[in-house]
Order: sequence, then structure tokens, then C-alpha cells
Amino acid sequence: MIIEIGHFALILALLVAAAQMIVPAWGAQKRDRRLMAFGEPAALSQLALILISFLALMHAYVTSDFSVANVAANSHSSKPLIYRISGVWGNHEGSMLLWVLILAVFGAAVAVFGNNLPATLKANVLAVQSSVAVAFLLFILITSNPFERLDPAPFDGNGLNPILQDPALAFHPPFLYMGYVGFSMAFSFAVAALIEGRTDAAWARWVRPWTLLAWMCLTIGIAMGSWWAYYELGWGGWWFWDPVENASFMPWLAGTALLHSALVMEKREALKVWTILLAILTFSLSLMGTFLVRSGVLSSVHAFAVDPGRGVFVLSIMMLFTGGGLALFSYRARELQQGGVFSPISREGALVLNNVLLTIACVTVLVGTLYPLALESLTGAKISVGAPYFNMTFVPLMLPLLLALPLGPLLAWKRADLAAVMERLVAAAVLAALVLVAVFAYAERGPWLAPFGFAIGVWVMVGALSEIAFRIKLGQAPAAESWRRLINLPRASIGTTLAHFGVGLMVMGIVGTTAYKSEAILLMKPGDKTEIAGFELAFKGAAPSKGPNYTESIGVFDVTRGGAPVTRLEPSKRIYDAPPQPTSEAGIYAAWSGDLYAVLGDQQPDGGFAVRLYFHPLVRCIWFGALIMFFGGAISLSDRRLRVGAPSRASRAPAGVPAE
Amino acid sequence: MTRKQRRGLLIGLGVGVLSLAAILMMFAFRQAIVFFHTPSDVAEHKIAPGARFRLGGLVEQGSVVRGDGTKVAFTVTDTLQKVPVSYEGILPDLFREGQGVVAEGTLSPDGHFVADTVLAKHDETYMPPEVAKALKEKGVKLGEGAEHPEGMTQ
Repeated sequence: MIIEIGHFALILALLVAAAQMIVPAWGAQKRDRRLMAFGEPAALSQLALILISFLALMHAYVTSDFSVANVAANSHSSKPLIYRISGVWGNHEGSMLLWVLILAVFGAAVAVFGNNLPATLKANVLAVQSSVAVAFLLFILITSNPFERLDPAPFDGNGLNPILQDPALAFHPPFLYMGYVGFSMAFSFAVAALIEGRTDAAWARWVRPWTLLAWMCLTIGIAMGSWWAYYELGWGGWWFWDPVENASFMPWLAGTALLHSALVMEKREALKVWTILLAILTFSLSLMGTFLVRSGVLSSVHAFAVDPGRGVFVLSIMMLFTGGGLALFSYRARELQQGGVFSPISREGALVLNNVLLTIACVTVLVGTLYPLALESLTGAKISVGAPYFNMTFVPLMLPLLLALPLGPLLAWKRADLAAVMERLVAAAVLAALVLVAVFAYAERGPWLAPFGFAIGVWVMVGALSEIAFRIKLGQAPAAESWRRLINLPRASIGTTLAHFGVGLMVMGIVGTTAYKSEAILLMKPGDKTEIAGFELAFKGAAPSKGPNYTESIGVFDVTRGGAPVTRLEPSKRIYDAPPQPTSEAGIYAAWSGDLYAVLGDQQPDGGFAVRLYFHPLVRCIWFGALIMFFGGAISLSDRRLRVGAPSRASRAPAGVPAE
Repeated sequence: MTRKQRRGLLIGLGVGVLSLAAILMMFAFRQAIVFFHTPSDVAEHKIAPGARFRLGGLVEQGSVVRGDGTKVAFTVTDTLQKVPVSYEGILPDLFREGQGVVAEGTLSPDGHFVADTVLAKHDETYMPPEVAKALKEKGVKLGEGAEHPEGMTQ
């Protein structure tokens, strides 16, 4: 019964969304306040209905109601509760339901918090947001209904794919979707602005926090996916330039560019047309990501079995919104008024550089990801584009971006003095040079480019901190004065510093683990000893063990360093009960200098085990960097000026100008 | 700086970086593209030894032989032709006889494929689209049996 209520609520949600798509937009056209006001209750009831539907599905999972086809196919009664809950979005149908739920949350947020928006803008935004909901609700109800019943109900379910039974992966999809779907807000605002034919700073002030929220969630979502792939797949890699990974990375790149261009638009009313275009493209890339992952057109290590019919539907949705958005853009963009002028050496100039590099980097990823599809449809040749392509195109584009990154926040708006800015970055430059020399002196091996990579990481990190140090007059004023200034700094600028610092930290991790990784694959029998990266490992043997829904064989490695015990690594090989599928659980020891990583392979006829050992220097910096970027975004988001939408007086005194 | 100059500068910057990226992409494509072939392609095309490609098909039943250390040998088939494959390292968890596989490496002069990568998958029922398509073209039926080999009973 509950399942039927969920199904019914979803159909009602579609009807409400269809009305919300038409009535407020009609009202905005006719300047009819009553029709425009319809958007608010509609957005809220749409959210309530989808929530009911989502909770109904969750109820079926938690109570293991196998008469529901989706639950029977993806759950099992022996599964721990947390994976019964996360199992709701661990499959195609359920994850689409989560997708529209998040979409509805964002729509409802406009209805609730959008009181300071012009009435017509609000009505149009709600209508556009709802048109996305209509498309995806139709998609769910027609091709991927999670509420279909099975008769007769099976005795037990097939179970959730074991590699998805993992805490990081339980939260990876919700964050990823909050990112993807969050960009729908930027899209809705952009289309609404085009419909009205005008935008202003208030528009950008509204779009920015939502874009920031989406960007934060996407950042942490991608980082979680990378972290999960690192320890769960047992290859010790953190990024593979796989199509599915790229699908999430492209909206991130475009979203990062959008975040920065919206800043220019808010503070200086410049780059309006570009920001609108970027908002449309960012959401289009999110839709394309959804298409690439759901359609199975690309060969991916992360792909799951899919139904091609769904791919066509998602492709149509994507073409409709991208095409519609771009058509409207080409028709109306001319009417948008241009904003303030600026010299090339200025904060605006730096942000333009940021946008050019990020966008073109995104293009190179796009081309590399789609080229196999294009070539196959043209010539029939099947190819794959591997990591070397991306390393050769993406990395060179990131270098100027990273080099210029510390300069940006120090430059004044409109026209800046580059020499004065460089003066403030002397500390960062000196430290980076010292690191360069030190790494060259101490590294015994590794590519000659790696020390430069570390130097760039230090340059970005120290450069980010230099900005704060300058603004609080660190070392130039009494400590109490500096402290007072630090407390009074706008949170947005602390957030910027943190996020940029996180980028630098991530660079350190990437360079460290890419250039100085140690790897060994060998056969070990109980009692065998080996050595890697200065650690001695003694293999004690493998012991069987039983988990809640799996049996495993745990290998025991005693790790010592210079004779002193360090830790015990326990990689295991699991066989799950349902579905009966093997997984490898890596044994990882996190030292300050890096991760010691062991994977237990197959047992050989002679009793030995294939063992894969790694030492990944600094690898954790990658995810810590992402985490710091997330918190930087969160602190920035908590800035009062962003939350309430600054009064017009504050907008005339841009936050970027150094205090006093 | 006038608006016109600024626009010129922006367009110049964009075009400059874009053409740089285009050059990089062309160079990268020349080196980083890996073709996909089935055992039948290997038999027909006479692929040059040493050229890197991906070999896809089914792991032949009963063909997996473990050698010294972590060496493994198996045969990849599209049911018409076969290619012997040797690999050193740890096979992915879902590597199973009778199931689809993609291996990357080069062909040695004696005609066997030296793989340095055997691709893992996340999902038992997932078949890489190239493999599924190539097998379909060769007329191999991909029924439930082919996609769920006896591994399910393990």
C-alpha cells in the first residue's frame, strides 16, 4: 500500500510540476501577481510529494519488501541497515528519484528564501526549474519506475553490488547529485534572465550562493568517489580519466569558472553575457554527465549494466534543455547591457584568465571523452582515449592557472599594480624556490618535473595565505591589531583563501603520489618478508573470517620500520553472500609521509598469495585538499552578505579592495 | 581601455589559449589513442607486433593457467578466433572464465598478446560495450548464460 502511495505521489508531483512550469511563467508574462504567486505553493507541494514518494521507496528498502521489483533486484534481507538505506540510490531508478528530490529541494528553496527577488524573476525561475523536474519525472515514470511490483514476490532479493556496500559510496551519489542538480539553479536563473531580457548585480548575488553550494557538493562528491576508488578497487589509483569520472569533472570545471565569473558580474556588472552562457553550459554538462553514465555508450571501468532505451530519453532531455537554453541565449543575449570596463591587469582580468583556462581545459576533457563516440559513429573504429591524452592536454593548461592563482585575490578591481602585488608574494616565491632546491637535493629518483610541481603547490598554498597575511597586516602591526583584523575579515575572503590553499595542497598530493609512488607485485607465502619504501613487511598468513553478509580471508602483514613495529596491515578478500561476488579490501596504513597500501590477491596452488604493495607519498593531501576546498566554500557561504543578499550600499564598496 | 579594445583582448586571449590547446590535443591524440580489436580482427588484420591496443572478448572456459609468481595465461575468444594472452600481476576481482574481458597490451612476434592491464568492472552483469557489440557482430548470442557464467554459483 505504501508503495502505491509513493507511486501515486510521484504522478501527482508530475502534474504539479507541469502546472508550475506553465502558470507562473504565464503570470510573469501577463504581470498577473496571482498567477505568479502560484509558483510558491506549487514548488513546496512538489517537494512534499516527491519526498513522500522517496520515503515510500526507502520504507520498502528498510523493511525489505521484495514484492517491489526494484527492491528485489537491488537489496537483500541480510544487508546491514545503512546499506539498505543507501541501496535506495545505489541503483538507477532510485538514484533518479533522489535526483528529482534534490531538484525539488532547490526549487522549494527559491520559493522559501526568494522573497527579495523581483516577482517576475522568481516566477520565471520557478517555472524553468519545474520544467527540468517535468522532464525527469516523465523519465522516471516512463522508463525507470522504481515502484513496479513483482508477482509473486521472491523469497529474498538479489542484493546490492558488494562494491557499493561502502560508507563512502553511501554518501557519494547524494553529494554528486546535489552538485549536478544544484547547477540547475544557475540554469533556471540564466534562462529566466534571458526571458526577461535583463540582469543586474542582484541576479549574480542570487546565483552565486547556489552555484557555490552546488560546487561544494560536487567537489566533495568527486573527492569521495576518488577516495572510494582508491581503497576499494585495489588498484591504488585515485583518478583514471575514465569517461564516468570525466562526466562529473566537466561540470566541476565549468562550475568553478561560473563561480568566478559570477563574482565579476556581481561586483563589477561585467561579463554578463559570458556568465549567462556559462550557467547554461554548466548545467548542460551536468545533464551530459547523467547521459554518459546512464546510457552506457562509453566503455568505463565504473559503468554498470544499463538499458539503452533510457539513454535515448536522457539524450533527448539534454538536447532539449541545452538546445533550448542556447537558442534563447542567441536570441536574447544581445539585449543584455554591458557593464564596467577594466584594464587587463586587474581582478577582473585575472578572473577572465581563470575562466578562459578552466573553460578550455573543460573543452579538452570533453573532446577526449567524446572522441571515441564520434570516431566510432564516423568510421566504425573502436578506440579508447587513455590517461596520457589528458595528462598532455589538461595539465599544461592548469600550469598557468596555478601560477596566476595567488595573484588574483591580491589584485585590485578595475586597475591593479602588478609590481605591488608581486611584492606581497615574495614570501611565497622564496618558499617555493627553497622547496624546489630541497626536493632536487633530496629526491633520489623521480621525474625532473616533480620538484617544480611541489614548488607550484607551495606557491599556491603560501600565496593564498599571503593574501590574508597582507590584509591583517601580519608582522607590520601589533599582534592584537592583526588578530582584530582577522576576526573582522569578511568570511567570504577567508573562504577564498581556504579554497585556494586546498588547491595547492591537492597539487602537492598529486605530484607526490604520481612522481614518487613505489609499487611491488609479488608472491608471498606465510613467513615471507619483503621491503617497500623503507618499511619491512612480514606476511603472517591468511585467516578466514565472517562478516554480516560475507565471508572473507584476511591476510596479516606485520609492518616494521628499522626493526621498530609500525602497524599491522589486514587486507582481505571477501565473497559476499548476495550477490555472490568477490571484492578486495585494501589494507592501508596512513603515515604522515604517505599511505602504505596492501592488496591480497588470489591464492596460488602452492599456498602462496599474490600480493600487491604500494607506497603512495602524500596521497592524502589530494582528499584533504578537496575537503579544505569544501570548507572554504562553506565558510564563504556562511558570509552574511551572501546569505541575505547584500543591500545595495554594500555592493558599492566591493569586498575585494584591501581594508583601508 | 575602451570596450572594443577589451573585447579584442578577450577574444585574442581565448583564441590563443584555444589554439594552444588544439595543438596539444592533436599531439596527444597521436600518442594516447588505443584501438580496440577482437581476436578475429587480430587474425585478419595482421596487427604489427609492438603496437599497443585493447583486446576484448570472452575468457575461454578452462584456459586460465597460473604460472610462476603472479604470471597468468588465458585465452581470449570471440568464439571464432582465439588469442593467447599472458599477464603478470593481480587479476581484477571479477575476472572469470566465460566472462567478458578487456586487456591492454601489445602483440608479441609469436602471436600471443602480452597484457599489462586487465580491466576491472564494477558489476557482474556489465559487459564493456565494445565487447558486447563486437560479439554481437560476430553472431555470438549474449543470452543470460553468456553474461552470467557459472561464477554466480561460487
